Amino acid sequence: MKNRGVEPLPTDDDIIVIEHLYKSFGRVEAVVDASLRVKMGEVCFIFGPSGGGKSTLLRCINGLEKPDSGTLIVDGIHVTDAKTNIDLVRAEVGMVFQLFNLFPHLSALGNITIAQQKVRKRSKGEAERVALELLERVGMPEKASVYPNELSGGQKQRVAMARALAMNPKIMLFDEPTSALDPEMIKEVLDVMLNLAKEGMTMVVVSHEMGFARAAADRMVFLEEGRIIEEAITEKLFESPKEERTKLFLSHIL
Amino acid sequence: MDLRGARGAPQVTLGLNPGTSCWLDKECLMAVTSKTEERESKLFPWTGRLEQVPWWALIILLLGALIVYFIIISPSYQHAFLFLVAGVKLTIGVSLISFGIALVFGLVLGMGRVSKNVVFYTLSSLYIELVRGIPILVLLIYFAWVVTPLFLQFLNWLGTALANVAVGPLVGLAENMATLGMQDVDMVVRAIAGLAFAYAAFEAEVFRAGIQSIQSGQMEAARSLGMSYFQGMRYIILPQAIRRVLPPLGNDFIGLLKDSSLISVLAVRELTHLGKLNRARTFETFETWNTVAFLYLILTLSLSVFVKFIERRMAYEE
Repeated sequence: MKNRGVEPLPTDDDIIVIEHLYKSFGRVEAVVDASLRVKMGEVCFIFGPSGGGKSTLLRCINGLEKPDSGTLIVDGIHVTDAKTNIDLVRAEVGMVFQLFNLFPHLSALGNITIAQQKVRKRSKGEAERVALELLERVGMPEKASVYPNELSGGQKQRVAMARALAMNPKIMLFDEPTSALDPEMIKEVLDVMLNLAKEGMTMVVVSHEMGFARAAADRMVFLEEGRIIEEAITEKLFESPKEERTKLFLSHIL
Repeated sequence: MDLRGARGAPQVTLGLNPGTSCWLDKECLMAVTSKTEERESKLFPWTGRLEQVPWWALIILLLGALIVYFIIISPSYQHAFLFLVAGVKLTIGVSLISFGIALVFGLVLGMGRVSKNVVFYTLSSLYIELVRGIPILVLLIYFAWVVTPLFLQFLNWLGTALANVAVGPLVGLAENMATLGMQDVDMVVRAIAGLAFAYAAFEAEVFRAGIQSIQSGQMEAARSLGMSYFQGMRYIILPQAIRRVLPPLGNDFIGLLKDSSLISVLAVRELTHLGKLNRARTFETFETWNTVAFLYLILTLSLSVFVKFIERRMAYEE
């Protein structure tokens, strides 16, 4: 989409700045010339068909994938600069995975405290206090000593969110957080995400939950075949999408 | 057989419910089969249960009891036993120390095998491929008679160089290093070094397999929480990987214990070497080697019981 014209300079409000980002795996072009800005406190919802590069774009933001070219600035730090210590960025950016990726050898409490102690250098007592507070917030204070294999999918994902939040991140990335869940567990996860959005957390969400988008997203981005096809304010995108392909996709899933 | 067939037939028909398609039903068929088995075992009441007895274990126990009996009643067995016990201690000691070193070194090599650092990866792979391809017996001789002298020459050279610049208490150390000779390095030490470095290559591959068996999402989650690669390894990957490879590690320890008999070629007075000496001393071949085999089996079988115990505990926890 070269017809967007000259792009405005990033302002202090933009906590994520992505410019002309490319990423390919062998011959497969996962992300092609993506440019996107996310403001502080904004909820940005990325959607589109499977294999369209949504997850790859998200994973570039915290350096789990290394872009081939382009610029990526997160919280003022140049992620694409080779000299940048990527761990500094990651400590400020929480990530929630489709398959939870909880640490199976640690209890729910251990999952939430380990990075606090080893990365944030908090004492065991303080880390546990934070963890218990967060478990309360995601609605499962009684599960502190339970191991991941004894939790349901929805509970696992809520612990995973608590684990990411314990680091006091400035940004939260969600990579299809409800796609691996049974229908009756999706709500408990979305509720936590809705509360988080209400509290003003900056969120980038890759998902198919259009209900969540309608309720919480400020801006929506439609991604297909690695390209950003359309980007608009949530209401606008739902009511009057500009691009034919966006209309087609929305008509299929709504 | 005829009798059973004739008596079995009506029961099978009874088990099927006429008028339904029950005979297509797997569960129903299984019920019929189990009924047939039950009936068979009633006809010959012990058949079923006799099959379940671990005969191999009983035979081993019996053979063991036989040797114990011989040791008690026969003076030649008794002498062989008393002569060999000292060797058991050395065998255990050498095996434990070698395996300890092999584990630590193997873990480092195993991490090299999964490392993205080209130098670390290349050095680890080079070591593993070289050492794994040489028979342990050759390696032991090589360490004792080639690596040790080379290492001593290096130490002598270092000591001489150091003696020229050293001050205070370091002078003594440098002089000691410069005058170290082959007789100063005990054969037991060379044997331990040989076994440890040979087995480190095997343990490295066990650790590599363990690390690679942990799904990549675990490291991604660790890194996304701001942990460094080594923190992720130390706190997330290794605790899971090591648990998974405990059974193969246990097997390798049993293997090392058996291979420690090879150090008898270095005249280390472990079990096998003492066996050779006892045979030469007494000419009682049967008594000596029966007792040697018996003592090795006691060690390896108790270890394998221990490994099974660990495996069972792990299965419960996972």
